[in-house]
Amino acid sequence: MKVPTMAEYMAEGKQPEILFWVGSAGSYDDRAKKITKAFVKILNKANVDFAVLGQEESSTGDVAKRAGNEFLFQMQAMMNIEILNAYEVKRIVTCDPHSFNCLKNEYPSLGGTYEVVHHTQFIKELIDSGRLQNVGDTYKGKRITFHDPCYLGRANKVYDAPRDVLNILNANLTEMKRYKSTALCCGAGGAQMFKEPEKGDKDINILRTEDALETNPDIIATGCPYCNTMMTDGIKFKEKEDSIIVQDIAELIANAQNL
Amino acid sequence: MEYIPNILFALLLIAGVGYFTRNVKKLSRNIKLGKDVDRSDNKSQRWKNMGMIALGQSKMVKRPIAGFLHIVVYVGFVIINIEVLEIIIDGLFGTHRIFKDVLGNAIYGFLIGTFEILAVAVLITVIIFWLRRNVIKLKRFLSAEMKGWPKSDGNIILYFEVVLMTLFLVMNASDLKFQDAEIGNVISQYLHPIFEGNIEMAHIVERAAWWIHIAGILIFLNYLYYSKHLHILLAFPNTWYANLNPKGQFVNDASVTKEVKLMMDPNADPFAAPPEGEEEEEPAKFGASDVQDLNWVQLLNSYTCTECGRCTSECPANLTGKKLSPRKIMMDTRDRLEEVGKNIDANNGTFVDDGKSLLNDYITTEELWACTSCNACVEACPVSIDPLSIIMEMRKYLVMEQSAAPTELNVMMGNIENNGAPWPYNQMDRLNWKDEN
Repeated sequence: MKVPTMAEYMAEGKQPEILFWVGSAGSYDDRAKKITKAFVKILNKANVDFAVLGQEESSTGDVAKRAGNEFLFQMQAMMNIEILNAYEVKRIVTCDPHSFNCLKNEYPSLGGTYEVVHHTQFIKELIDSGRLQNVGDTYKGKRITFHDPCYLGRANKVYDAPRDVLNILNANLTEMKRYKSTALCCGAGGAQMFKEPEKGDKDINILRTEDALETNPDIIATGCPYCNTMMTDGIKFKEKEDSIIVQDIAELIANAQNL
Repeated sequence: MEYIPNILFALLLIAGVGYFTRNVKKLSRNIKLGKDVDRSDNKSQRWKNMGMIALGQSKMVKRPIAGFLHIVVYVGFVIINIEVLEIIIDGLFGTHRIFKDVLGNAIYGFLIGTFEILAVAVLITVIIFWLRRNVIKLKRFLSAEMKGWPKSDGNIILYFEVVLMTLFLVMNASDLKFQDAEIGNVISQYLHPIFEGNIEMAHIVERAAWWIHIAGILIFLNYLYYSKHLHILLAFPNTWYANLNPKGQFVNDASVTKEVKLMMDPNADPFAAPPEGEEEEEPAKFGASDVQDLNWVQLLNSYTCTECGRCTSECPANLTGKKLSPRKIMMDTRDRLEEVGKNIDANNGTFVDDGKSLLNDYITTEELWACTSCNACVEACPVSIDPLSIIMEMRKYLVMEQSAAPTELNVMMGNIENNGAPWPYNQMDRLNWKDEN
């Protein structure tokens, strides 16, 4: 798989069009890596001149900040900013809404100002500009419901880009009862991904999965690696994994293109 | 002797407004116990938000039924209060319905007619509100934090409204001169027959209704400080001073930035004395364990909260049975702030440590760690209150001052420190995915 690094670009004295921020989940988590690869396939198909930081990338510190460790967050942020600025990065794309939010909103006051886009926004750009064509009819008529990631939706008011991309698939897009600004969290945010939930009657991802099941979907589309894990677990819990698939929008587009 | 009513009225007014002023001062003193935060930027956006959200009720109507009912009471309350101006002038100068002479019959009739219709609309709406709380028993009014005073408080306000609106209509109905003029008595004309035959009784009832009405309004004004109902005033500054940044953007602690920069600067001498002229700063406390550690906008938020529970009804943690309730976070903050305020009053203006704090004595760590930081509560609040920012400040205190994060989170943070990822993978393996199948 063709994945150039910033270091390689620099050695050649070149600057890529965009930096792909893979993120920790996208780099190490088995499920999330599939999303990463699907997105890279799309980038290569559309001939996007991109690069990753590779071994020079480190956690944005987002989850440390949400867990209350401001010190660790700022340490991570400043380390990353030093590298990003050294490479004179201007534009960043990421599949992780948490990295997206953190890089876009929380890095500037620490000295790192970049244009940051979510991968669904970038895919939409590629389609709109004609760089990605004939998306394909694989999902024509399929019932797809999109689960809004909190850090893309409410946190940054990006509601349309993921839906616009899904609409290009000619799928039958259905909305859950709680969607866009009132979407229910999958339960992973605020560092919950890394701990057991507090005592309650139910896990949040189960409640959200029930929201999704009410729409009677073939596919639950996600735009965040953590949401993907939570919804996948929810579908397994409901024993629906044979009839319903949980996929990231990047995976759906890559599949539709037979990539 | 003939001036006795005027004097009595003036005294009543002075007492009512005076006591209210005293409470406003206390309120403002308490809010200023919070840390400074600059919210003076982008004034045009702030005015716009206040106009849309507080004045225009734009977020109330996200829930159409409650929103519509609320607008009826809100509009009724604001407009009928124009009448209070007339009452005050009449009371002070011994006139009777002075606006009738000033404005002329047509305008005055139109105004009073509007007030009467609104009064009936408010009465009906308030009864529906009461039914929602006490008969239909909507879930969000029954949560754990809504037992006791918060529940009574909600009902008392509704009773106040019923009494005030009824008095207004009775006052008009028993005012025989007003009824004879046949202007604006669109509703009260139907109550008028009760008083028609007995001029003396009508006069007594009219005067009694008039006095009790104005006294009731002054009592209501002073009740506000002790009630969740402060939102009728504070919703305006609260929406003006609300955060304008994207909801996902959490504040970067400046004190931490200074330390991190020092750590990362290879030339910095950590033992160096501060440059001349610069005072040695008190070591900053990270995060918040008590109300004084929060900023004044967060404290203003707590007084503005009217306990409607829209936040809690959208909170994923609360919906799945966890202890966290964003509304309770706001109520606890206010209760503790009041306690601190009383402590200061009792100790001649200084706070004497009472061995209590917002953390643990009011808000437990179990609540704080249940938050997913999803911003549903912030989005849901009709007056732009931000419970999430308080939760995050308190988490910061737990982690940075007490190292009291849940074990799994400590492991996660240890991994980030050592491997640059929340999992124990080697930094050097970060790009391995590209060659895996």
